[in-house]
Amino acid sequence: MTYLAKPRLHHPTLAKNRVGYTRRDYEGKISTLCAGCGHDSISAAIIQACWELDIEPHRVAKLSGIGCSSKTPDYFLGNSHGFNTVHGRMPSVLTGANLANRELIYLGVSGDGDSASIGLGQFAHVLRRGVNMTYIVENNGVYGLTKGQFSATADKGSKSKRGRANTDAPIDLASLALVMGATFVGRSFSGDKAQLVPLIRAAIAHPGAAVIDVVSPCIAFNNHSGSTKSYDYVREHNEAVNRLDFFPQREEITAEYGEGEVTDVRQHDGSVIRLRKLHADYDPTSRVSAMAYIQEHAARGEVVTGLLYVDNEAADLHKQLNTIDRALNTLGAAELCPGAAALEKINASLR
Amino acid sequence: MQKIEAVNDFVIKFANINGSGSASANELVARAILRMGVPVSPRNIFPSNIQGLPTWFEVRVTEHGYLGRRGGVDMMIAMNPQTWDQDVREIEPGGYLFYDSSRPLPRSRSRDDIHVIGMPLTEICNSNYSDARQRQLFKNILYVGALAQLLDIDAREIEKLFGQQFKGKEKLLDSNIQALNVGREYAREHLKPIGLHVERRDKVGDHIFVDGNTAAALGCIYGGATVCAWYPITPSSSVAEAFVSYTQKLRADPETGKQRCAVVQTEDELASIGVVVGAGWNGARAFTATSGPGISLMSEFIGLAFFAEIPAVLINVQRGGPSTGMPTRTQQSDILACAYASHGDTRHVLLFPEDPFECFEMSAQALDLAERLQTPVFVMTDLDIGMNQRLCRPFAWDDSVEYDRGKVMTHDALDAGADFGRYLDVDGDGIPYRTYPGTHPTKGGYFTRGTTKNAYAGYSEAGPDYVYNMQRLLRKFETAKSLVPLPVLTAARFPARFAVIYYGSTSPAMHEALDALAGHGIYLNALRVRAFPFQNEIADFVASHSKVFVFEQNFDGQLTTLLINEAGVNPASLLTVVHYDGTPITARFITREITDRVAHLNVHPLKENRVA
Repeated sequence: MTYLAKPRLHHPTLAKNRVGYTRRDYEGKISTLCAGCGHDSISAAIIQACWELDIEPHRVAKLSGIGCSSKTPDYFLGNSHGFNTVHGRMPSVLTGANLANRELIYLGVSGDGDSASIGLGQFAHVLRRGVNMTYIVENNGVYGLTKGQFSATADKGSKSKRGRANTDAPIDLASLALVMGATFVGRSFSGDKAQLVPLIRAAIAHPGAAVIDVVSPCIAFNNHSGSTKSYDYVREHNEAVNRLDFFPQREEITAEYGEGEVTDVRQHDGSVIRLRKLHADYDPTSRVSAMAYIQEHAARGEVVTGLLYVDNEAADLHKQLNTIDRALNTLGAAELCPGAAALEKINASLR
Repeated sequence: MQKIEAVNDFVIKFANINGSGSASANELVARAILRMGVPVSPRNIFPSNIQGLPTWFEVRVTEHGYLGRRGGVDMMIAMNPQTWDQDVREIEPGGYLFYDSSRPLPRSRSRDDIHVIGMPLTEICNSNYSDARQRQLFKNILYVGALAQLLDIDAREIEKLFGQQFKGKEKLLDSNIQALNVGREYAREHLKPIGLHVERRDKVGDHIFVDGNTAAALGCIYGGATVCAWYPITPSSSVAEAFVSYTQKLRADPETGKQRCAVVQTEDELASIGVVVGAGWNGARAFTATSGPGISLMSEFIGLAFFAEIPAVLINVQRGGPSTGMPTRTQQSDILACAYASHGDTRHVLLFPEDPFECFEMSAQALDLAERLQTPVFVMTDLDIGMNQRLCRPFAWDDSVEYDRGKVMTHDALDAGADFGRYLDVDGDGIPYRTYPGTHPTKGGYFTRGTTKNAYAGYSEAGPDYVYNMQRLLRKFETAKSLVPLPVLTAARFPARFAVIYYGSTSPAMHEALDALAGHGIYLNALRVRAFPFQNEIADFVASHSKVFVFEQNFDGQLTTLLINEAGVNPASLLTVVHYDGTPITARFITREITDRVAHLNVHPLKENRVA
């Protein structure tokens, strides 16, 4: 971490987005994580994505659990409300927050300990319910804040810093997300900003449960040789299935591509995800083939990244519960209380 | 042989087999008596089972309106061979045993000091019906008919109840009325009259007949709850189920039909309280309903909500404890678990409703208190109130009252330059201002954490910041004393040295016991505690008596402990009397315990103050 305070003054020529903010307006406090931590790159990608999407920072609610990753919401979108909840239970808090006000953008930030170990149940159930959110797992295979214990996403045989091999089978959160019904599943690498930023943009625009599993090496406890979550290992084994560009609803698609090179996925809100295929046989609109593809490549030791699955007909929890369009937290007694006359009728029915 | 004679004041107990359709038949008897203007108080005593195990339904007929359990049984309807011996034992001498005499009853299985009434229910059913399920269901209606005849219950009231139950199903209506009449005819021709009778009165007035869980759900609807998250657990499940069923109409948007609330049945209690905390953080009124084991699971979140100062309402329908507990039995055994729930130095606001009326009122009030105090608030009901229908005052609502949304800083206040410190005590009452997420583009945003923060919600591990926060939370808890419901005093007719403190579902049995004790010349002042934190009135009350009996339905005397810890009372003044077998406390138990203890306290041994 650095002890140098960021200057508050911004350069007058900094570019502003459509809503009048510079990129720096999306920053938060100075990170207290280790220098070179993959998580800081993810924070930077979130900042970039929100700025590019012209989101007003205060319209985002950031929620996290406990751990290094869960500290990061303090380091981006400093004018947004954030909530550092309890270990492994961010998904339920996010669900409640989303029910209270469907008009905000919900960003869940978690880690592999938080989501795959203690929070595996809530991770699974929040996806089943289709809560409209972007759920980012900063996945380093290790417990950082408690100094280097294996987490549940550590690969079998991966070595700890002290040389001990992990004997438990790993949990693949992207595969689990597919099984649990997530309608947007991506995987990326904290060192690949070009892939990660459009993925986050598309996930935020996605009107359902979006999960991005971001492999994010732990510089202090899991970046040695023998680890399968080190920078070097991930770079060597990264198997990107596609590159994507994301076009929000209002943007005209101007880039030209040759026939057969790209697939466009149009989402409910009119936004378009344009996928440049890197693997001719990969179809990101099929849940079943996505699962098979990930498993086949995992068996070969490859980490499949990119937009793995998207359902362009996704619906969210509010739709399933048939809640009103207005935010529930704006309703007052006039809308909520049935009143004394209705109560008298209820009384009469109980005599 | 003596014969119990009583008009409008007796206890009938039905011993049945779970899943045999007896519940609705028995309820019919209770409701018909109610329709005759005579108060009744029914109680289900049921197993953790769906079909086949013993279940009992006790109906207390009480012209005086004593709605607690009296203790003792005047007439037993023994329909379950499994529990025969125990059921026969329970009858008061001179009482009545009604049984199915299709098979002969050996003398050794009966008693000489009770009146035995046999009716060949199975035989009559078998000769009238061929379908097995009909034989079972109409057997219940047959004994209802016989009871109507024996007790003088107006059969027209039962027919009217059938009419409501089977509206639009004429065939069912006719066959039920027919079975009822077969039962009545048989009793008129073959059974000897008994000494228990119902006479029409006008003692029910405008009271309503409802269970506490339904009442709590309605309280949440009237109190403006928009988010309900829950996990099924007996005896609380029907709170959420009633919320779902009433909100279908009461919360439907008139134009779109969409719901003005959201209900989520979560995967466990950890998630249900998480949803409530998330919704409360984001400015919606949210509640969960659970029981003891759920509270244990929720404890980590309850602590977070306490320190992060997030409104939350928990309706705890208490059941037998500890551990997984007796899920279908009642207790008041979560008092300490809730008062201090969670790790760290936490303390929570508790409300103690006495009946469905207060379940309604306090659930609505809890939503106000939670937002005013920005903290979890517990409504401490129990199985006895929650799952039994109870006669109570009709629900009331004042349309002119607005919800108290507490201290919420608005966009305009932020624009006007208000100094926003999320955990800053600006008014001296310990309650800070909060902002809802999304309020203002550049002001009022903050990062919510547990305790690692300063008054402006900045990250801080500094000791003075922690101490400031704890001292402010203490002030806030003092403020809570002025907001929670006051205790209710029932003064004795004559000056009294002794007193009782009680709370929650003990209330109706206590009122009856106090009357009985006064009849024996024992006068006690009585204070019903309705909330924690305790107001000074409670300490003053204890100080003005030489001994105060604290009646509790748990083993540990949990309220006593809390009073000693938190109310500043002299522990030597308190004498705890506990009832914890899982059945609701009875007036007879209270009367006996107090009589014995008062006699003991009044005895002055001859050798007092002398060395032997």
